[in-house]
Amino acid sequence: RRGNRRQAGGRGGVKGRGRGKKPASDDDDDEDDEEEDEAPRGRRGANRKKLAKKRGGNDDEDESEDEPPKRKRGGAANKKKGGKAQDKETKGKKGDGKGKGKGKGKDDDKDKKKKKKKGDSSSDSNSNSSEEEESMSEGEMARLMEEVEEKKKLIANIRNKPWRMQRRLKLLKEAQEFVDKFEGALGKGKGRKWYAYKVMMTKKWIKFQRDFENFRTACIPWERKIKEVESHFGSSVASYFIFLRWMYGMNLVLFGFTFGLVVIPEVLMGLPYGSIPRKTVPRAEQDTAQDYSVLMDFNGYCKYSVLFYGYYNDQRTVGVLKFRLPLSYLMVGIGTFGYSLMLVIRTMAKNADVGGGDGEDSDFTFAWKMFTSWDYLIGNAETADNKYASITTSFKESIVDEQENQKDENIHLRRFLRVLANFLITCSLGGSGYLIYFVVKRSQEFATRDDLSWYEKNEMEIVMSLLGLVCPPLFETIAELEDYHPRIALKWQLGRIFALFLGNLYTFLFALFDEVNTKLEEEQSIKNASIWAMKEYYANYSRLMNDSEATPPPMDPADVIRGPCWETAVGIEFVKLTVSDIQVSYLTILIGDFARAVIVRFLNYCWCWDLEAGFPSYGEFDISGNVLGLVFNQGMIWMGAFYAPGLVGINVLRLLSSMYYQCWAVMATNVPHERVFKASKSNNFYMGLLLLVLFLSLLPVVYTIMTLPPSFDCGPFSGKDKMFDIIMETIDLDLPAFMGTLFSYAANPGLIIPAVLLMVLAIYYLNSVSEAYQNSNMELKKKMKMARDEEKNRRNNADTTNQVMKDLEDLLPNRSLIPPAPPEPGQNYILMIALTFKA
Amino acid sequence: MILHRCVIVSILCKFRLHLKGFVIMFSAIKPSIQSICFSHAVFLSLQDCTFFTRKEILRLHGRYHELAPHLVPMDYTNEPDCKIPLALIVNMPELKENPFRNRIVESFSEDGMGNLSFNEFVDMFSVLSEMAPRELKAIYAFKIYDFNVDNYLCKEDLEKTLNKLTKEELTPEEVELVCEKTIEEADLDGDHKLSFADFENMISRAPDFLSTFHIRI
Repeated sequence: RRGNRRQAGGRGGVKGRGRGKKPASDDDDDEDDEEEDEAPRGRRGANRKKLAKKRGGNDDEDESEDEPPKRKRGGAANKKKGGKAQDKETKGKKGDGKGKGKGKGKDDDKDKKKKKKKGDSSSDSNSNSSEEEESMSEGEMARLMEEVEEKKKLIANIRNKPWRMQRRLKLLKEAQEFVDKFEGALGKGKGRKWYAYKVMMTKKWIKFQRDFENFRTACIPWERKIKEVESHFGSSVASYFIFLRWMYGMNLVLFGFTFGLVVIPEVLMGLPYGSIPRKTVPRAEQDTAQDYSVLMDFNGYCKYSVLFYGYYNDQRTVGVLKFRLPLSYLMVGIGTFGYSLMLVIRTMAKNADVGGGDGEDSDFTFAWKMFTSWDYLIGNAETADNKYASITTSFKESIVDEQENQKDENIHLRRFLRVLANFLITCSLGGSGYLIYFVVKRSQEFATRDDLSWYEKNEMEIVMSLLGLVCPPLFETIAELEDYHPRIALKWQLGRIFALFLGNLYTFLFALFDEVNTKLEEEQSIKNASIWAMKEYYANYSRLMNDSEATPPPMDPADVIRGPCWETAVGIEFVKLTVSDIQVSYLTILIGDFARAVIVRFLNYCWCWDLEAGFPSYGEFDISGNVLGLVFNQGMIWMGAFYAPGLVGINVLRLLSSMYYQCWAVMATNVPHERVFKASKSNNFYMGLLLLVLFLSLLPVVYTIMTLPPSFDCGPFSGKDKMFDIIMETIDLDLPAFMGTLFSYAANPGLIIPAVLLMVLAIYYLNSVSEAYQNSNMELKKKMKMARDEEKNRRNNADTTNQVMKDLEDLLPNRSLIPPAPPEPGQNYILMIALTFKA
Repeated sequence: MILHRCVIVSILCKFRLHLKGFVIMFSAIKPSIQSICFSHAVFLSLQDCTFFTRKEILRLHGRYHELAPHLVPMDYTNEPDCKIPLALIVNMPELKENPFRNRIVESFSEDGMGNLSFNEFVDMFSVLSEMAPRELKAIYAFKIYDFNVDNYLCKEDLEKTLNKLTKEELTPEEVELVCEKTIEEADLDGDHKLSFADFENMISRAPDFLSTFHIRI
């Protein structure tokens, strides 16, 4: 064999056949080489490198290197060799390849072979025998290292290769073996232990990463549930549940803050119930304080509990830790807003990064519809049927668009209908706003009276809930006039209901402020009266006892005269509203969806017409209503949380229960939408609504904190003129003196105004930068489109589509004499102009 | 009524399948996933070659086993060589409603007839999983839509695709128009059929491709 080989090599040298000339037969040579080499590892490595470059070249090359060499070393290989020896051309080529083209691979061969097969390798390689004396030179090591790295890269990327699994597994196994074998050998020199250690650590790190990834995916709550909903109802319904989950996460954090920093310190370290007036039910209310109806109105024991603002004491510090509860109360109140704002904006920014994907480019309308419209997730027959239908419809729509440009009268009619719809909706919005204002006025009237029926007491809540029930379906019906795409229709619907709820919310708030103002007046008179009484008491005391050191009157805390505590009243309003909202929405699901589904399902056996297909049928999941319910509920929480710290806890419970309840309700009672449509990828529309609500709910709270005086006998800020005085107090008393001066400097208008100015300028700058980016984006898009058209035309060998260019060409002198300009790849218009001019 | 008939038909189908020579082992119909065992190395290499975690691979094997309890052994330590025919795989709930189910299974099978070994089965769901990159998905999407396996999407392929998508509810003229438009949009080299380069160019800009071309399992 060896003789053969040497001969072949010699002939190769003589013939001098270039290896590069026939790359096709190269693979065969490699095969031969492998058969001959006693230790084919290194050779194989070299091949692999080539293979990696080729990225899954043809299969037979692969086969050749994957063949276990032992088998081939047998007689069959020899026989083949014999046959080959006759064929001088191949041999020559091979020898040449060995000598020159594969020099690099040779080196690798050698250092691996050296130990076992020294003689063989020396005879085998005649071109560079000088190198093999020394053990392992730096260059070789580096090369080997490189190769190992490449293998590792292959291992890391093998899942991305479009190969058959069988082949992938085989390659992986080999690569791993290679890495295992030579990673150790590499470290033969001084840094071996270090290298081994590093390898071990990398392995451990990868394993850790994998485990961590597993752990993280397992940690996302309700993932399976949401996916199940998604696979049955499409991504639009799932987007609601994802939003709900996000909301739950945010509320959990808010809950942690409120309970950890406010409620629990007060419960553990504050004065117990009954010790001071604000923590005691007044004597007049004590008889009914435990009645169910009173408790359901959040009066009685509820009112004088840790759930509401009024319960908190104005002690500067509580407990042995000297926890500054009033300060912490204010900070948590502000921090709630700060955290929510930050989170919402961050999420929006992240979503915007992902990209909307709303805008349909007209480039590939049909192609995209053809190849990407089927949602492979669908595993439900009903959803699939709907999807078929919606795909057909969308194709038909596009076909119609394609066949004829829209007719004029259609556009006018549609425009007219849209204007009409908007007009109707504006009317009903105004009407509902007025209704709410009316009801609020009436309820203020009722507030002074005692002989109220249940309806009169709850009139406001009932009317608001009724409006919330009636208006959205009304809007939806009207919106059918408009005939928008469901995704756009959903946005309109969301905007309209948002406006409805916003009006409701703000009339509610103004009514609340009226109430607060009357309470403030009342409080003022009570405060004066009680101060007057105190003074009188002290005067009498000192006159009777002849003792100037008066002790406070020995009064039971339940008997003390107290103000109306408007903060608690506001808090109670919000809690009541939230609870009634929960009740209404849960009852709606129970009656509107569940009862309906049950009736339709079971009455269908004995009914004149088909209930399932006919009139009542099953309910669809109301995305817009649910999303807005969630958003406004959150607005209530933000507004009310300052006056009722317990509200956050209630909300967390609500979100948790509604996750399970609604998931169940959707799966059990609803049917997929008639036109299953894909949600836009980013939830940013929802987030935008949330941000708006957050901002709106921020206003009243900040207003009350900054301007209204806190009640004199309840809450953590009692006795102060303004709530934020607590911060001044802390700065004065607890921080070193220079901090006070520092803050006073910082609060100087001379500093604040430039800072605001700077921020405005920064916003302006960033805005213009982003605009510039957008413009360049558009420009690039245009260029890409142009390039595409150009490419197409070049391939089609037709003239340009660009009308201006055609005109320009027509304007050239002696047009008929010029042959059509030969288009070249990568050519642009200017070049073409230059060419034609030159010609 | 209809439901009953369906049930009966499906039972009959199953029986026919079984009668074709499979032995029904009632004890093996409900497998407990815990008892499936793999060797550690197989796990590692499968994890390296796919986008799945250990648990998911186990679950996949559970599903694979459920498809044909009499064919697939529970013990996978020795990597037995067995394949499940197309007819069984296509009935998985994940694929049942998919109009391209046969094509999906066929394109992932080594023999092109739709018989999948467990490795190929895992491969299929790996490519269709959320984590797979766009390029990989595009390659297999091309294979799936290439009905006549000639490495081009020609007009017949597109017609078949469209008819499957719409349950043949479009008129022939409409189908013709849509196919024409599709080719016109995506065909860059003007040969009136879509090569992979055309397809990739088109699909790489599709906003919905990644979100729709995946199956959760």
